[in-house]
Amino acid sequence: MNRYPLWKYLLILAVLLAGLIYTLPNFYGESPAVQVQPLRASLKADEALQARIEGILKDAGLHPEVVALDGNSVKARFAGTDEQLKAKDVLVAQLGDDYMAALNLLSRSPQWLTDLHALPMYLGLDLRGGVHFLLQVDMKAALDKALEAATGDIRSALREQNLAYAGVTRDGNDLVVRFRDADARAKGEAEIKQRFADYALVDKDEGGEFLLRATLKPEAERRIQDSAIQQNLLTLRNRVNELGVAEPVIQQQGADRVVVQLPGVQDTARAKDILGRTATLEVRMVDEEHQAVPGAAAPFGTDMFKDREGRMLLVKKQVILTGERINDAQPGFDNRTNEAAVHINLDSVGARKFKEATRENVGKRMAIILFEKGRGEVVTAPVIREEIGGGRVQISGQMNTVEAQDTALLLRAGALAAPMEIVEERTVGPSLGAENITRGFDSTKIGFMMIAVFMVAYYLMFGTISVLALGANLLLLVALLSMLQATLTLPGMAGIALTLGMAIDANVLINERIREELRNGVTPQAAIHAGYDRAWGTILDSNVTTLIAGVALFMFGSGPIKGFAVVLCLGILTSMFSAILVSRALVNIIYGRKARLNKVAIG
Amino acid sequence: MEFFKIKRDIPFMSYGKYTTTISLVTFLLAVFFLATKGLNFGVDFTGGTVIEVHYAQPADIAKVRERMAATGLPDALVQNFGSSQDVLIQVPLKQNIAGAKLSEQVMESLRAQDATVEMRRVEFVGPQVGKDLIENGAMALLLVSLGIVGYLWLRFEWKFGLAAIIANLHDVVIILGFFAFFQWEFSLSVLAAVLAVLGYSVNESVVVFDRIRENFRSMRKAEVAEIIDNAITRTMSRTIITHGSTQMMVGAMLLMGGETLHYFAMALTIGILFSIYSSVLVASPLLMMFGVSREDFIKPEPTEAEEVLP
Repeated sequence: MNRYPLWKYLLILAVLLAGLIYTLPNFYGESPAVQVQPLRASLKADEALQARIEGILKDAGLHPEVVALDGNSVKARFAGTDEQLKAKDVLVAQLGDDYMAALNLLSRSPQWLTDLHALPMYLGLDLRGGVHFLLQVDMKAALDKALEAATGDIRSALREQNLAYAGVTRDGNDLVVRFRDADARAKGEAEIKQRFADYALVDKDEGGEFLLRATLKPEAERRIQDSAIQQNLLTLRNRVNELGVAEPVIQQQGADRVVVQLPGVQDTARAKDILGRTATLEVRMVDEEHQAVPGAAAPFGTDMFKDREGRMLLVKKQVILTGERINDAQPGFDNRTNEAAVHINLDSVGARKFKEATRENVGKRMAIILFEKGRGEVVTAPVIREEIGGGRVQISGQMNTVEAQDTALLLRAGALAAPMEIVEERTVGPSLGAENITRGFDSTKIGFMMIAVFMVAYYLMFGTISVLALGANLLLLVALLSMLQATLTLPGMAGIALTLGMAIDANVLINERIREELRNGVTPQAAIHAGYDRAWGTILDSNVTTLIAGVALFMFGSGPIKGFAVVLCLGILTSMFSAILVSRALVNIIYGRKARLNKVAIG
Repeated sequence: MEFFKIKRDIPFMSYGKYTTTISLVTFLLAVFFLATKGLNFGVDFTGGTVIEVHYAQPADIAKVRERMAATGLPDALVQNFGSSQDVLIQVPLKQNIAGAKLSEQVMESLRAQDATVEMRRVEFVGPQVGKDLIENGAMALLLVSLGIVGYLWLRFEWKFGLAAIIANLHDVVIILGFFAFFQWEFSLSVLAAVLAVLGYSVNESVVVFDRIRENFRSMRKAEVAEIIDNAITRTMSRTIITHGSTQMMVGAMLLMGGETLHYFAMALTIGILFSIYSSVLVASPLLMMFGVSREDFIKPEPTEAEEVLP
């Protein structure tokens, strides 16, 4: 009656074994490490880079414990923080601007565990220390900018076609074009309709004027907002790289917010500075008369800038265009040669200026320079082949698709995206983080021990079995959290403690039921059977209701609360498994085999 | 060992009038304090800045206050936090100082006075975020309530779902009442605890309801009140032991979890204590009031008898 088939025991054993393996990495602790990551899309972290780093460290007399390739980065682990800091300095000096070297912590767990993707739990900022920012993207500003640009573009489009109009004005989120007669309006409408597919057009006559009202279509509005946030995400990623943070999180949250998490960062002032910085972009002509001499002063009327390959370039001081005139920059392909290219879209003022400049400078080179923290870098310096009108510019030649993406990104980063504002900040110092871990761990330990003592005293053998099942539950929960790499926060640790406290309910239900059956005079074997059987429905019901609460918390909670919700939900699942299957298996092993069982130790 | 050797069922249902009065009074008291005193919302909800700093030696609160006034923040709340070396500074939302910059200004000012000061934690929440969190919290509460009613309706009967959720919302209101009365800080983690209590204490009602359903099938001759009394008496031992065990964990958190977990654990403690009471003495009388009967579970079977006859 109380026997499991062999496969069930094996299944339980296999699950527990897997749980043990995935829990193991948490016991090894972490060692200081340096993480090197290429900053440009065209560079890859590969064996060559690994060998180079090993060489650099060896030359500097440093002995890393491990140097390993991990995704798109190379990590070197050291015995102490002294070596780690030295290694970081050496690597920053030797590798140059193309790579980022950041301090990190690396698990000390053996290689075979890492090969199994068994990693320690991922600690949240409140446990490891660091900064959390929530940034709000000003969507109204993004829309304003688009509408402003469209106003100018409509004017120049009408002018180009020699269509008479009396004016273009903005009215809230609409654009109003005024015409003198219906005929002009019809022609104008046809032209605008063809060129500005994002706008819905409506005729309206008012006070003797013939008006055309252009309203931004909802899907176009969504697209503008979406690209504004994407652009901001990219810009933020670039800037965070500069901070040298090992595992930053940069994510969109909701429609118009961005979460930035910087583990280990303490200098919040600098972080805010870099995140909030606005990059500017300038288009200038390359000075072809002089030679750029590294180290020497730039000739009068010129500036010297490095390009992305590190070559020096002399550029005239006069600015043709600034980044605000760029509406968009996208990677793509030249439709004639099929080469990788970057397509730039200028607004009307920019298009006019660009047309003038290109007309006068055919055959010469122009430079697009990105300024950040007062330092300029030439993004690209193409040759002008012909006069370019209409505001659509294509840069192509001598670049691959990755570089085209890189360049488009940099151009966009310079073009001012919608402004962002920090609306939430949570900083946790490293000492508090460590303290939080100890507190969370200690309270779980003490609570567990108290429950264990009580259960064993109250239910004897069945109590011992319950405690073992609870231990299995803890093991599986930690294993699951490690496996999923879910973020463990302090409320998450509280969640572990709470689920353990709640999980014992299932065993109490079962044990009480068995006692009751025994009191009713049922034989021990039948009592055990009935106890597990009858308690099952109740356990299921009560867990489902808690699960409902957990899911709702996950859906509506933010940050640390989400961590709590994840643990709560996972804990319910593991507790069902351990309280029912694991404890039953133990009971079956201990009592199930005895044909004549007269007494069970249940207190 | 056995704590509860009860030979005869305790007639809980006959105390119905008293227990309902008691819960009604506590409930109204909680509502009263919520209405008059209100919740002491933390920075998570109101917006503002909280800065926790640590000094190498016991901190001089008066001097910190002085520094805050000199920084242009005379309305900052400065108090000890946990120990004499830890200081908590709370600054309400201000229009004139960009919120995100404020923490740096404060730290700079404090460092000028005493270089040993160490930043432990900064929390800045803008006004819009606080509003969103309140809305999300309310949505979560609503969703959990509806989900639980729905599930219990599916598994039992609508009467059970309704009785259970009223009993448990009664617990939630009482927890909130405690927080209002003592003016404990109501933060995001307390909200999480409240929702967890909602999910957890329903367990309690579910266990009793399960027994009631079973009794309706097995105790064919018994009155409804007897059936409920029996169900409560039989599950009482489990109720106390389970809650005791959970409370051991929560108690450990309450005492050892530090300031961050203190009110989280406090909300859970109140929730656990009242859920024992409410599941037994609120949910079950409500169930009686809604007129639960054997027919809710056992369909009358007259048609079968007719068919069998030749």
